[in-house]
Amino acid sequence: MEGQLAHIGAGLAAIGSGAAAIGVGNVAGNYLSGALRNPSAAASQTATLFIGIAFAEALGIFAFLVALLLMFAV
Amino acid sequence: MASEAHGAEEGGLVFHPMDQFIIKPLFGGDTIHWYTPTNATLWMALAVVAVIILMVLGTRRRAIIPSRSQSVGELAYGFVYKMVEDVAGKDALKFFPYIMTLFMFIVFANFLGLLPMSFTTTSHFAVTVVLALLVFLTVTIVGFVKHGAGFLGLFWVSSAPLPLRPVLAIIELISYFVRPVSHSIRLAGNVMAGHAVIKVFAGFAAIAVVSPISVVAITAMYGLEVLVAFIQAYVFTILTCVYLKDALHPSH
Repeated sequence: MEGQLAHIGAGLAAIGSGAAAIGVGNVAGNYLSGALRNPSAAASQTATLFIGIAFAEALGIFAFLVALLLMFAV
Repeated sequence: MASEAHGAEEGGLVFHPMDQFIIKPLFGGDTIHWYTPTNATLWMALAVVAVIILMVLGTRRRAIIPSRSQSVGELAYGFVYKMVEDVAGKDALKFFPYIMTLFMFIVFANFLGLLPMSFTTTSHFAVTVVLALLVFLTVTIVGFVKHGAGFLGLFWVSSAPLPLRPVLAIIELISYFVRPVSHSIRLAGNVMAGHAVIKVFAGFAAIAVVSPISVVAITAMYGLEVLVAFIQAYVFTILTCVYLKDALHPSH
């Protein structure tokens, strides 16, 4: 029974990946709309774009880690 | 690992997406000591050898009109050099050899892991945590050596209103110590998740009805993984540069 509950918990933790997807999409979409308005400034901001994506993604990775821990360590 | 249960649920389908990450000794035997050559150490050594082949042997002739391997080496060098200069500033360039080493090792470990039947060393937390902890220690030591106690100003946000500053200091402190965790787990998690997804689709290829879809899905995922292998190495390096910039210029 407890093992099955851990699997349900792992599935719930996977929702966090979707939330991270929203965050990453927000960053990339806003970058794109900014870049299309001012294409000359776009190239200098790609590093910032990747840093922003990395920070947004980190929390999704934490959710993934919780899911993994529930699947294999509990 | 704990994949047998899934196989039973899929109607006898054999389904081991996490088995590719098991560390095995190269020359038989069951016990693993710290000196045992395993598949992890083999592929890490191969990554180092690949970097040496590209950067030392490839650029040995140093022609004015570069050979193919020399131009790839120059491209990698210029790419990382410009990244350090742009993100961390001119005075961070004395750390360029370290950051270049990090980037080349991670990028080659990721790409070697994409070869069929190979072992992805960067999918293991043990590998990435060491890399991230070294970055964390380097950055912290550099900050304290360069600024002394002034490095603590990184946590004291002087642009915020005074009553808010202690709260912000706690948040900044937590986010500082979470850095090595997120730094390492981002790389290992991305690489491991991608490889596991490829293996899951490979498991579906055993069912005749969905096998064409699954083969197409594997191909698409593989293309994505090639991209991820590079982007994650890039992100790891650029975050190292950001942390280094924080250590060299801790003011907000």
